[in-house]
Amino acid sequence: MTQTQLSRTVAPTGVPAVSLSGVTKSFGAVEAVRGIDLQLQPGEIVAFLGPNGAGKTTTIDMVLGLSQPTTGKVSVLGLEPRQAIARGLVSAVMQTGGLIKDLTVRETVQYTASLFADTRPVAEVLENAGITGIADRKVAKCSGGEQQRLRFAMALLSDPALLLLDEPTTGMDVEGRRTFWSAIRRDAAQGRTVLFATHYLEEADQFADRIVLISQGRIVADGTGSEIRALTAGRTVRATLADPDTERLAAIGGVEAVEVRGETVLVHAKDSDAVAHYLLTETDAHDLEITSKGLEDAFLSLTHLDEGEQ
Amino acid sequence: MSTTTSTTLRTIDPSVRQVPSFGGFNRTMLGIELKRVLRNRRTVIFTLIFPAGLFFAFGGTKGWDDSVGYGNVAAYIMVSMALYGAALTAASAGAMVAIERALGWSRQLRLTPLRPIAYILTKAIVALVMGALAVTVVNAAGLFQGKAEMPVGRWVACAALCVVCTLVFAALGVFVGYLVPGENAMQVLGPGLALMSFLGNVFIPIEDHSSLIWHIAQWTPMFGVAEIARSPLTGELPWYAVVNAVGWLTIFVLGAAWRMSKDTARV
Repeated sequence: MTQTQLSRTVAPTGVPAVSLSGVTKSFGAVEAVRGIDLQLQPGEIVAFLGPNGAGKTTTIDMVLGLSQPTTGKVSVLGLEPRQAIARGLVSAVMQTGGLIKDLTVRETVQYTASLFADTRPVAEVLENAGITGIADRKVAKCSGGEQQRLRFAMALLSDPALLLLDEPTTGMDVEGRRTFWSAIRRDAAQGRTVLFATHYLEEADQFADRIVLISQGRIVADGTGSEIRALTAGRTVRATLADPDTERLAAIGGVEAVEVRGETVLVHAKDSDAVAHYLLTETDAHDLEITSKGLEDAFLSLTHLDEGEQ
Repeated sequence: MSTTTSTTLRTIDPSVRQVPSFGGFNRTMLGIELKRVLRNRRTVIFTLIFPAGLFFAFGGTKGWDDSVGYGNVAAYIMVSMALYGAALTAASAGAMVAIERALGWSRQLRLTPLRPIAYILTKAIVALVMGALAVTVVNAAGLFQGKAEMPVGRWVACAALCVVCTLVFAALGVFVGYLVPGENAMQVLGPGLALMSFLGNVFIPIEDHSSLIWHIAQWTPMFGVAEIARSPLTGELPWYAVVNAVGWLTIFVLGAAWRMSKDTARV
């Protein structure tokens, strides 16, 4: 019986939850999105990772039907984004705003519920979000955390198939973050697709099934956290050395970058042994250190790489 | 054996989902919006109590019994005050649209099936209901005071025209709401409308039609709608008053639309 439940969680038609093909978006002369192809499968938890101005927000706005792509096609569960929204299939939780201060918590949920054709009962949604106790409180008198729970209650009212989250756990403590993600995982196991924008690399690595790294309007990497780390598998060799021969260092096989900071030289390389060997045998280098890159470095190097291409 | 509840068995099937009728327009939303306005103490004082108070202050002045058209001066002042109250109410309702936009509420609503036209319709109904309430309060004050006199049909026609004319100021409210962001919009609209009312022949009737003030008055936004609202009483409707009202309505609607399109914030 458990088996049947699991097999039913996959959308019967195999339609992707989100599909972007050849999507670009320009604002006048500025190209915010320069050609994105992306498909999200039902039940996936995907992190949308990228520096500010990478095009994350612009892309999310197009998935929500708030703006139209300049070229290309966006579809949500096989529908136009606005049609998916009209059927309550897509919800989004923004980090700030989006609430009226002089309404009570219950009125806000009732108001939102009244706009959909079908919703879960207001009382049940309040209960699940843990805000029944503050239902008659004015939104203005709620703490940031309470307002965030209210936003989630509103987003889950229509039982959406796709949930978009903008920096969802900002301001939450470790415990809150853990509880939050276990709830999201439970939802995803039932077929709800979750796409969240974040700049917490650790969070993306820990909680997403898949990380889509975006930089300068393009996808620069797409895979699991470990796959993305592997893309830039490499180490940093750091040593103290006056007047390093940077050209000679850069010529060593597998060297990606050479940085000189005063008396210190930093070499980013796939083959750290070769670099260490050269430094220790052919130069006066001392205090040599070798460190491996974390996801943070992978992120920086991938987004930096893209800049170099421009 | 089913230990799991029905919610855990649920799958999300897009084909069974429906779009709400009437673009999402519904009575629950309208009710909450009305309750919200009525709960706001400042709105209630400025739009319902203040105009009635002004009527009692002005309506009993010397010469109240002089005849004007089909009625008397007290009736003339009553219609003017009703218009003023309704204009204030409508302007504050209009400014609320801009405030909600600044708060990101409009963006939140765009993530629901609610169609913009249904939202605007709801806001317009709220503005008209509140405007009607303001008109009713001032007219009730007039009845209570007992000095205003005009035929019942003309009395009702004046009140109805007051309510319709408030839409001009709903558009002004939206426009000003964009120009002066946040909660400050009403602080500009309040004194602004009072000034317009003085200049527009609403608070104090300008007797001397050759005076400079009269020539200025004819061009101000309150003048036209005031002439229209009082026309059942006075029995006359100068063409320039109609031109004035239509002109200012156009200016305010275009201004509001212009600011809306200029608004580059994520909404």
